[in-house]
Amino acid sequence: MNLFKIIEDIEKFDPEVHNRLDSRRAAFKSLAGFGKKVAAASVPLAFGSVLNKAYGQTNDAQKVIDTLNFALTLEYLEDEFYKKGIMTAGLIPAADLQIFQQIGKHETAHVAFLTTVIRDTLKGTPVAKPNVDYTGSKNGTRPALLPTVFSDYATFKALAQAFEDTGVRAYKGQATNLVSNNVVLDAALRIHSVEARHAAEIRRLNGKKPWIEGNDMGGPAPGITNGIYAGEENTTHAGFTRAQYTTMSDAAATRAFDEPLTKEAVLEIAGNFIY
Amino acid sequence: MSKIINPHENEEGLIKSASNPIQRRSFLKYTGAGAALSTLFLIGCKDDDDLGLDNNFGGVNLGSGDIGILNYAYALEQLESAFYTQVIATKFSGMTAMETEILTEIRDNETIHREFLKAAINAKAPGKIIRDLTPQFSTINFMDRDSVLTTAKTFEDIGVSAYNGAGKLFTDTGLGLDLLVIGGKIVSVEARHAAMIRQLLGPITAFAGDDIVSTDKGLDVIRMPAEVLPLVQPFIKEIINGSNLPK
Repeated sequence: MNLFKIIEDIEKFDPEVHNRLDSRRAAFKSLAGFGKKVAAASVPLAFGSVLNKAYGQTNDAQKVIDTLNFALTLEYLEDEFYKKGIMTAGLIPAADLQIFQQIGKHETAHVAFLTTVIRDTLKGTPVAKPNVDYTGSKNGTRPALLPTVFSDYATFKALAQAFEDTGVRAYKGQATNLVSNNVVLDAALRIHSVEARHAAEIRRLNGKKPWIEGNDMGGPAPGITNGIYAGEENTTHAGFTRAQYTTMSDAAATRAFDEPLTKEAVLEIAGNFIY
Repeated sequence: MSKIINPHENEEGLIKSASNPIQRRSFLKYTGAGAALSTLFLIGCKDDDDLGLDNNFGGVNLGSGDIGILNYAYALEQLESAFYTQVIATKFSGMTAMETEILTEIRDNETIHREFLKAAINAKAPGKIIRDLTPQFSTINFMDRDSVLTTAKTFEDIGVSAYNGAGKLFTDTGLGLDLLVIGGKIVSVEARHAAMIRQLLGPITAFAGDDIVSTDKGLDVIRMPAEVLPLVQPFIKEIINGSNLPK
């Protein structure tokens, strides 16, 4: 079997094949080991596995980068929101200011951290900071959804809750896209639970329980943020219906589990504030 | 002294004793619940046979693979459910209506987590579920708000860090992916509990304080089973063996 001929053939379709295989040096090394230990007939199988790893890895790596860029966009949206809120004189009462500073500090850190991971660890290109308009008017191209977001504290807190609860669902929905990279999966889970801590606190400020019951009656700004809690009323997990695991009420069961949201659903919500 | 303090726990599993807190309550009356009790507890907890080293309770092996991780989570949820059941059964003095509602709902959430994991393990791997664990709460003064809330904070923060660390231990296909998602559905509720308990204790930024969220990257704590088990072992009679869990 002429491995070099095969690589040469692949090269016609994929000039970067050498890089791909090079980046899988460890896998190549294991092939060398294979050559010594196993019969020649097994080599094609082993080589196939090296190619799968090289290309599979590339696809997985791109999936991880895309997922983190999605997360980075959401973090930019949150970070800028708190920065503006904190800078707006008279919006946040002095008694609550430290709460938003603490949350904002984390969002700023998430932006920096995700940017570094995408660029330096994954060798990808971090997305640019989105253009944001928290009134929801998309820079004046449609009527504002929340015209008083930076003048009315209740509206500001409502949108904060919307961002945090959506953030929790967004990270949860992406976990399975990160399993190819445990370092990134670890980090995403660690951000996910921080967002949940933020969400709990903002909900408390809004006079709500820290956890979500049912679909939360349409959310903090009904009509605008409905999608945020769509599906939160689910009580079936891994095929087990509520009655199969507890005798407690459906309401109690919904409190015990948070639900994921798809990227599309999250972008539909976030898209109201990005232009 | 510890032998006097734990007569019921010696005979009952964690779940049974949790669902039958009356005995514990009468026992607290019997010993004279109040300020003096905390002293008793402090002395009691120093005894070796109160630190999970009692051979009568033997060992519990969590097992391996995805099911091992489920058993690991099930052990933690048993502990939390039993703790909050006791908290509500023997309310600390001055527990407000709001605190009662919060702690009751946390109890229910933890109990549902426990029940769900039990159903899942029994369905996916019949015969592999660990037995009911026996709680060892003698270091906790259930009459004292600070003791209860500080313990709650400890359990919730450990729970969050444990689920965060377990994510990557599931297999990357099929059932493992389902379980990763379910772990995600549970961990954010644990984080909500943690935030609320921390808020009750203060200070104002404690819900996501610098002691739990890194200030440079904004990351929550993550712990692997080998780090988590020694932290919860003092609260469980049986010796928990996680040596076969994925690493």
